[in-house]
Amino acid sequence: MSTAVFAPSAAVRETWFMTQRQFMAFLRQPAYLIITLIQPVIWLFLFGALFRRVVEIPGFGAGSYLDYLVPGVIVMSAVSSNMWAGMGTLEEIERGTLNRFLITPVHRSAIMNANVLMQTLTTAFQSVVIVLLGWLGGAHYPGGAAGLLVLVVASSVLGAVFGAFSNAIGMLVRERESIIGINTFMLLPLTFLSSAFMTTGLMPHWMQVVARFNPVNWALEAGRAAMSEHADWWSVLSHGGWLVLLAAGAIWLSMRTFRSYQKSV
Amino acid sequence: MNTDTRTPSPGAVPDRAAEQSGGAGAAVHAVDLVKTYHPKGRGKAAPEGVRALDGLSISVEPGIVFGLLGPNGAGKSTTVKILTTLAAADSGTATVAGFDVAREHAKVRRAIGVVAQRSGADPVATGRDNLLLQGRLYGMGGVELTRRVDELLARFDLTEAARRQVKTYSGGMLRRLDVAIGLVHRPQVLFLDEPTTGLDPEARTAMWEEIERLAGAEGLTILLTTHYLEEADKLAARLAIVDRGRIVAEGTPDALKGELHGDAVAVELSRPAADELPVVGALGAVSGLRDITVDGRRVAARADDGAAAVPAVLAALDRIGASVAAVTVSRPSLDDVYLRYAGRSFAAAENVIEHAAEGASR
Repeated sequence: MSTAVFAPSAAVRETWFMTQRQFMAFLRQPAYLIITLIQPVIWLFLFGALFRRVVEIPGFGAGSYLDYLVPGVIVMSAVSSNMWAGMGTLEEIERGTLNRFLITPVHRSAIMNANVLMQTLTTAFQSVVIVLLGWLGGAHYPGGAAGLLVLVVASSVLGAVFGAFSNAIGMLVRERESIIGINTFMLLPLTFLSSAFMTTGLMPHWMQVVARFNPVNWALEAGRAAMSEHADWWSVLSHGGWLVLLAAGAIWLSMRTFRSYQKSV
Repeated sequence: MNTDTRTPSPGAVPDRAAEQSGGAGAAVHAVDLVKTYHPKGRGKAAPEGVRALDGLSISVEPGIVFGLLGPNGAGKSTTVKILTTLAAADSGTATVAGFDVAREHAKVRRAIGVVAQRSGADPVATGRDNLLLQGRLYGMGGVELTRRVDELLARFDLTEAARRQVKTYSGGMLRRLDVAIGLVHRPQVLFLDEPTTGLDPEARTAMWEEIERLAGAEGLTILLTTHYLEEADKLAARLAIVDRGRIVAEGTPDALKGELHGDAVAVELSRPAADELPVVGALGAVSGLRDITVDGRRVAARADDGAAAVPAVLAALDRIGASVAAVTVSRPSLDDVYLRYAGRSFAAAENVIEHAAEGASR
């Protein structure tokens, strides 16, 4: 009986230890850290310069393209950095680190929860940095702090979705090539079939239909709805709700594949 | 504690008595373990799966180094995976430190330390952080943990490198760290799965010394798997020879070699024997000497006790006027033992199994 009382707190403590390990690894690899921050900067200024006059198209709506672009780059970065999570998991499997942890009495959930937590935290951090960079570049955030908070949370949840899917693929196929193939195939269609760079109102009809089912677009719709001058909280809740549901599904899937990995050892 | 772990004990070859006693008091006790791997997709070579373990049974008494010797793919690592709760056996039962590996995961995990074939250390973290994390996963913390970590770092000569990232470590340092990681929580049973594979000779010798120091200390039981005959011979107080997923022989290294009935006695004559008949005749009269062959200056024979036969051999040769340049007596090697029980030489078995295991191991 007494173990049942202490079990949850032990699981939480272990999740923290495992997350801490990953966080230290993140800090100890400055090259990786810098790339995750430089890449969004390049996107921000590349796309910002390329599409600057897009706002002049009748019906676009936004005043400055940079204002419009910041959420797009935040969400795209969340997708692109988390979709590689499976590579790390694969490396841990090959190196024997995962088995080393499985031999200890650590809670199985702590191992996977630490992955999700780490992905969510780094995505939140990355998102905040992009918000600041955009602000330095002259972007306006009419929705204020609440709007930005929704955007950061939405992109972090989206990050967790892609991180969990990537982990599931990594444990399932155990091949780097598959992860690389899937990612390069998915990133651009997912981003361009959303309102990241172009308002959905100006898209061809079929694209609008596809975008409605695109989780990347859900994160953007939730973020943009909260960031506008007159926040549309219904849109935030509905898109955010779908996103959270999807995240729960993705995490469940990665837990399932983790269990099947344990059986295959 | 049992300090003289190398006392040869009688009764080599499958220890049925221990098996039937239910393993009470044994540090590791496994009965009839069977495990079949089903390679996914591509490996069409073996559609019915690869039988990694085919009724393997072992019993290890506490406080000794027990060697599991066999070529690659014989089933050693699969045995370790089952005994350390990583994998489940298809059938058969096993206990480690008295706990059932299938039903008492948590208790088994607390009682064991494992040094796997592949280092499990996090290369980006420092050696010290790896040890601290390991301790925390066992619920250790505070001063107790830092004291233990410092003690292990010092003992494995890693104090200086403690705050360096593990990826900068040499092969030998990494292996020492792996052993330290396995010992943080003071386990009762330590599994060393091919601890010296891939090490250079110098690091291997150092690791052997380390294992010898660990042996018998604090009542620690060590289950060592290896495919190096000399490693098993040097370190293990008892060993079991694994072939194709089964134990084919078990006993102390000396007892196993003793089973081969006889040491090799080699005599080198000063001058080639003009006629081999008198030499064979003279040696044939020495009691206990057999399988005598003469080839020029080289004379070979087998004797139950080679060293004891030497004076008689010299006297017999002296009587017929053959002068002797050198005499060597050698105990049968574990390779001979392996050849006898597995019915093929160690190197040949290794080749066959490597080919069969290709594509199936994934």
